[in-house]
Amino acid sequence: MAQPFLKKDDDRDDEEYSPFLGIEKGAVLQDARVFNDPQLDARRCSQVITKLLYLLNQGETFTKIEATEVFFSVTKLFQSKDIGLRRMVYLMIKELSPCADEVIIVTSSLMKDMNSRTDMYRANAIRVLCRITDGTLLTQIERYLKQAIVDKNPVVASAALVSGIHLLQTNPEIVKRWSNEVQEAVQSRAALVQFHALALLHQIRQNDRLAVSKLVTSLTKGTVRSPLAQCLLIRYTSQVIRESGVNTQSGDRPFYDYLEGCLRHKAEMVIFEAARAITELSGVTTRELTPAITVLQLFLSSSKPVLRFAAVRTLNKVAMSHPMAVTNCNIDMESLISDQNRSIATLAITTLLKTGNESSVDRLMKQITNFMSDIADEFKIVVVEAIRSLCLKFPLKYRSLMNFLSNILREEGGFEYKKAIVDSIVILIRDIPDAKESGLLHLCEFIEDCEFTYLSTQILHFLGNEGPKTSDPSKYIRYIYNRVILENATVRASAVSTLAKFGAMIDSLKPRIFILLRRCLFDNDDEVRDRATLYLNTLGGDGSVVETDKDVKEFLFGSLDIPLTNMETSLKNYIQNPSEEPFEINSVPREVKSQPLAEKKAPGKKPTGLGTPLTGPTPVGDTYERLLSSIPEFASFGKLFKSSGPVELTEAETEYAVNVIKHIFDRHVVFQYNCSNTIPEQLLENVFVIVDASEAEEFSEVGSKPLKTLPYDTPGQTFVAFEKPEGFPSVGKFSNVLRFAVKEVDPSTGEAEDDGVEDEYQLEDFEVVAADYMVKVGVSNFRNAWESMGPDFERIDEYGLGPRESLAESVNAVISLLGMQPCEGTEVVPSNSRSHSCLLSGVYIGNVKVLVRLSFGIDASKEVAMKLAVRSEDENVSDAIHVIVAGG
Amino acid sequence: MATFLSREVCPTIKNILLLDSEGKRVAVKYYSNDWPTNSAKLAFEKSVFTKTQKTNARTEEIAMLENNIIVYRFVQDLHFFVTGGDDENELILATVLHGFFDAVTLILRNNVEQREALENLDLILLCLDEIVDGGMILETDGSIIAGKAATNSNMDDGASLSEQTISQALATAREHLTRSLLS
Repeated sequence: MAQPFLKKDDDRDDEEYSPFLGIEKGAVLQDARVFNDPQLDARRCSQVITKLLYLLNQGETFTKIEATEVFFSVTKLFQSKDIGLRRMVYLMIKELSPCADEVIIVTSSLMKDMNSRTDMYRANAIRVLCRITDGTLLTQIERYLKQAIVDKNPVVASAALVSGIHLLQTNPEIVKRWSNEVQEAVQSRAALVQFHALALLHQIRQNDRLAVSKLVTSLTKGTVRSPLAQCLLIRYTSQVIRESGVNTQSGDRPFYDYLEGCLRHKAEMVIFEAARAITELSGVTTRELTPAITVLQLFLSSSKPVLRFAAVRTLNKVAMSHPMAVTNCNIDMESLISDQNRSIATLAITTLLKTGNESSVDRLMKQITNFMSDIADEFKIVVVEAIRSLCLKFPLKYRSLMNFLSNILREEGGFEYKKAIVDSIVILIRDIPDAKESGLLHLCEFIEDCEFTYLSTQILHFLGNEGPKTSDPSKYIRYIYNRVILENATVRASAVSTLAKFGAMIDSLKPRIFILLRRCLFDNDDEVRDRATLYLNTLGGDGSVVETDKDVKEFLFGSLDIPLTNMETSLKNYIQNPSEEPFEINSVPREVKSQPLAEKKAPGKKPTGLGTPLTGPTPVGDTYERLLSSIPEFASFGKLFKSSGPVELTEAETEYAVNVIKHIFDRHVVFQYNCSNTIPEQLLENVFVIVDASEAEEFSEVGSKPLKTLPYDTPGQTFVAFEKPEGFPSVGKFSNVLRFAVKEVDPSTGEAEDDGVEDEYQLEDFEVVAADYMVKVGVSNFRNAWESMGPDFERIDEYGLGPRESLAESVNAVISLLGMQPCEGTEVVPSNSRSHSCLLSGVYIGNVKVLVRLSFGIDASKEVAMKLAVRSEDENVSDAIHVIVAGG
Repeated sequence: MATFLSREVCPTIKNILLLDSEGKRVAVKYYSNDWPTNSAKLAFEKSVFTKTQKTNARTEEIAMLENNIIVYRFVQDLHFFVTGGDDENELILATVLHGFFDAVTLILRNNVEQREALENLDLILLCLDEIVDGGMILETDGSIIAGKAATNSNMDDGASLSEQTISQALATAREHLTRSLLS
């Protein structure tokens, strides 16, 4: 090859040689002038285009002017007959994605190419034209495209079909007219044409269930040549199966035979697609699963990593819902632990941990120990989490699992990894009483040599709560006091607190604890000294050993059940307005402000072993509360209990956009209507909402606050307040009309006319529902919270929910009906599962904590049954929850 | 960039990358809007490169990254990657990688290395254009892809594949194929 791109380049450094060395945008754009030469040099032009494409590919961008200039000069190249150059021109036009008025320039050239005798031109011209075209042009070329779809040249047909798939997004009504041609192309002998035609045909008909079902019925009987098309057909088939359900008489599933037949296809791609489809069937039976598992098992010992990965990943998913079905593969899976590809090894291990039985645990742990040293932290965390759930499954095996965890705790690792291990140990200590002593000692050893302040303090805190309850608490003192001697101030301070807890709980240790605490009085850090002084005083460190006061215990062990941000704002207010009164902690509002749903939560949120008891959504700031208390009419309503998210009362893009936020107080509700005016020529004055509460009998209107002016594009609020029975979750429906005076505005001067016209605007209705009286407040450890709430006010009942779309849909419906916070990720329903438990927590009006346990079951006819167990601090509230569910 | 096909039912390719031994771009093509800016793309390429760097991917390998599945293969100083969503059939992605790899091998006449690739960048870009169109798989057979890209290049002065080299190349491809079937 005759060094096509090498310019007069005297750089002889061969190591760094690149044909594009020192390339520069300005120079290349200069070079692009050759496109305008009357005598075109095709090769030179190709080279310049390649350079332009190289620049774009490296992330260089052209300004609008540069792009337009290049585009116009590139269009000149259609004069050249050179095939190679023409290909590069096509590529360049696609990369430049010209705007509509530029497209017109090339349309005729491309249309000429579309009808050329060279198939390559035709195929490419179709793809380029469809990429850059808009609806109007499309009607002109539609005729050619329809012909192209049934063209005997497969490249041309595929080009037209794939373009059709893209165009369906923007111009569905046009593409839908091509059905007949596409249908014909599905029968094509060319493998890929069949694939593309099938994809397009399905997309045209995807909203017509019957048509899709017919398509699947006819094709599953016929021959589909291309493996890719076969994969598509498998996907469509599972879709049809999903929608049709099991035949209740025979228990057979339609089309299952087809899927099973695909397991014997010659292409691995198809076999795998079918196996995966079978494992994902909803409510799949063991009999149906077996053949799929068998082929996946064969893949496990394939020489190709991709195949092993695909198989083990699918089996891993199956293991979540059908662990028994996967146990046959355990031997093959075990050999994958040493797989070169670490993703495969990790998937194999976590699958084994899910399917393993009690007797295989020890052997498994031995294999994993060798494996742990050479994988990355992210994989280790996955393994640690799998081991934790295994240990909870087989509590008798805690010894070897706990040993494993403590061993890996001693090894090198980053913060996230160590945190995962510590969290796991903490959970095991909590849930397996036998594991407590050894677990605590492992943690003690860990903090002897722990580089993470966060983990040290968390462990010390945990130790303070759990240590005094063990058989020999004194043995922990040494570890704790060592922290006071050796660590940084933060850890020292929390070690002091931990010592105090031991002192408070165990009288016999008191004298020795006092000695240690007194030493801390000479610490060089303020916080450490302050804490030592405080604890010495509260525990009666004047030498006399007395039983610790109940209040002191409450102070030391009780959790601060006030959101920290509320505490922070209250304290700030207190400092700003100095007063003689001491700060009163009871004046801090306790409610957690609900946050707009837009904020995404981390998917699959795990229960954190350590950490604060409250994990509700972080308050968005008390803007609403401040706003409402600044309005004199509403200031007497007391503490705001909850504010709902905005409910839209108008369609999008109407003249006036209004949404409402429901503010719930103990005896009142306030509706905050957020209005905005989207018409520049109008100024609205004296804006208010007339609320008809005839369908909300328990509510009576007590006041409103109109909005004086509502100029264009400046949102404003108007309020209406209602009274309702105290502490009672009244519900009702409200219909609304927006009233205002319109004044014309001269857009040029922005001045409004003097006289306005009264007008009104109908808004949509909204309801106050039971969930509005519930604040979402999460708990980190549901089980503990449930136990400590006790069964005094427990109410259990069963409900039939009737036929539902799916289990997940029923779970979500109940959660949103109750408006409670799902805990420990239990709102996620694994696909295929037939039963599900969901844990919810919240605070009901009147500041009553409520915990709910939901158990769902679904049968073959999609009838859903639900058991609802409620525990709360008030039996009326427990009953009220049942009323909500019964009424929903 | 084309509008990304967000239809789970159809196999979809998110991007195809050809990087050098330092993780720099030789040629890349993105079909999805998951990485809207050039810096997002570069960051993705960097993380893919670092994650796979240490593996010996003389045959097709596979990894997961940020909810994407990446199949890859390295030859000399060239790193080939194909990315799809995490619910994509891994074997379909591998087929696309296979097609891309074979096509590039044919175009570079078995001389698969960075310098050769840059010298034939026009053909490699044409290859990418022939494999996937806006995320939709167009063709997966390496020799057909290479054939399409090469018929368009300048044949007259032997600057690229001559007839003879094509048949040679096809023979090599056949040989490759037999070997991979036997293995």
